[in-house]
Amino acid sequence: MDVVLIALLVLLVVGSLIALELRNLLSAVIAVGVVGLGLSIVFLLLGAPDIAITQVVVEVIVVTVLIRLTGRTGRTVDAAPDRRDAVAVWLGGGVLLMLLGLMIHVLSALPRFGSGASLPAGHYLENAPAQTGASNVVTAILLDYRAYDTLGEATVILTAIVGALVVLRHTGRDVRRAPPVPRGGPPGGADDPKPAERELPPQHSAARSRDQEVQHV
Amino acid sequence: MIYPLIAVLLFVGLYGLLVKRHVVQKILGLAIVEYAVNLLLVAIGYRDGGRPPILTPGEDPAAFAAGSVDPLPQALVLTSIVIGLGVVMLLVAIAMRLHQRFGTLDTTRMNRLHG
Amino acid sequence: MSEPGGMSPIVRIVTRWLLGFVLVFGFAVALFGHLTPGGGFAGGVVITCGFVLATLAFGAKTGPAAWFGRLASTLDAVGALAFLALALLGYAAGHFLAQWAGRDPEPFRLTSAPSLVLLNLAILLKVGAGLFAGFLAVAAFGRAAEDVGTDEFSDAGAPQGPEPEGREA
Repeated sequence: MDVVLIALLVLLVVGSLIALELRNLLSAVIAVGVVGLGLSIVFLLLGAPDIAITQVVVEVIVVTVLIRLTGRTGRTVDAAPDRRDAVAVWLGGGVLLMLLGLMIHVLSALPRFGSGASLPAGHYLENAPAQTGASNVVTAILLDYRAYDTLGEATVILTAIVGALVVLRHTGRDVRRAPPVPRGGPPGGADDPKPAERELPPQHSAARSRDQEVQHV
Repeated sequence: MIYPLIAVLLFVGLYGLLVKRHVVQKILGLAIVEYAVNLLLVAIGYRDGGRPPILTPGEDPAAFAAGSVDPLPQALVLTSIVIGLGVVMLLVAIAMRLHQRFGTLDTTRMNRLHG
Repeated sequence: MSEPGGMSPIVRIVTRWLLGFVLVFGFAVALFGHLTPGGGFAGGVVITCGFVLATLAFGAKTGPAAWFGRLASTLDAVGALAFLALALLGYAAGHFLAQWAGRDPEPFRLTSAPSLVLLNLAILLKVGAGLFAGFLAVAAFGRAAEDVGTDEFSDAGAPQGPEPEGREA
């Protein structure tokens, strides 16, 4: 099984590299889709069927949305001449090397792969079926033991979606999309702007007189 | 052998995020980083045998508790994946606005256009 | 290829056959999430996937976007509030979260964890409706509402500059 797992992981790495190096963005998105589907098989092998289901479907929607984006904005990476700041490149490389060292340090401190579950996991596995009545311990943790985490995460999803809706809304007050028509409306309809214009000056004068009073005082 | 490969996957994603200059490629890089992190968390909870943390009828609870993989990272990763989808949608929305504004998704050109 | 509001007839017919199964599957994944693999998140994403398929196949005018699009963001909020309401009902009754619902001591039944079933359904509503609302916003951006899904997957990937939208107002 380890061989299959390693082979799949190599597939994921190679697929990711291909996805990032392709010039055609449609192919790149599809390559990432392949990586995601391979990932869901890895999850299945790692004993996580819940995550595997979710990963498959999420991958499908991600690919659909990204294809939509590339369909709207063009599908090729046209290479602009490379004018990178040398300092930035070296700094970035240094940070990456530091991260790599840190990562190696952390990974070597981890217990052997496949060596076991954490301390709270033992408690959950022993007690969840009896305490919550759910035989799927993952659901028991999500919706019972750590339900407030789940509430917070649902809020994060809500925020992300609301963010997308706000960014894309059609009725925004974008300056560039302000109607070029003057405020008076169509030339024929001379019924409503006049009272508004007539009401404005008194307010202005009132405010002005108040200002003047303040200045006088 | 498993953990280093996941680390390599993480760095491939970081490479896309940092080096590539097209916004779509940056989004793909972020997605790959996210895959790697989720995979690492689930892999740490793996136990030899790989029995899913789902009790089946007729199974001995004690043997189940002794042999099942860690359900805790799975529960957290499950929500993380769905959040990742929401984040991708937000990024796509921002990318569409950027394209509407600049007419390109190449960050170098955007900088040049911006001045 | 570019039928008014949708993809080719093959896609539409197959979608018509599949859509019910996809939605029922998503609902079942969420409903039995405490017994089998799955749950509110997975089921919600499956249902989103079904609606996305139907939107792409039928277009926004005849597809689910027509009758479900405006409802989606409302349902999103309703799902989140349902989760909160279940939790607060639990507080009012002096229990943790939705455990006021009681449960059947017999394991491996739908009724053996009613609180989890209710919470799963709330999350199903939240995730399914929320992600579909997000997808609709992304899909409908910058084009008239009636031709969402027409040339989604055509090869016309020509970059378009800043375009005059907002004429429909």
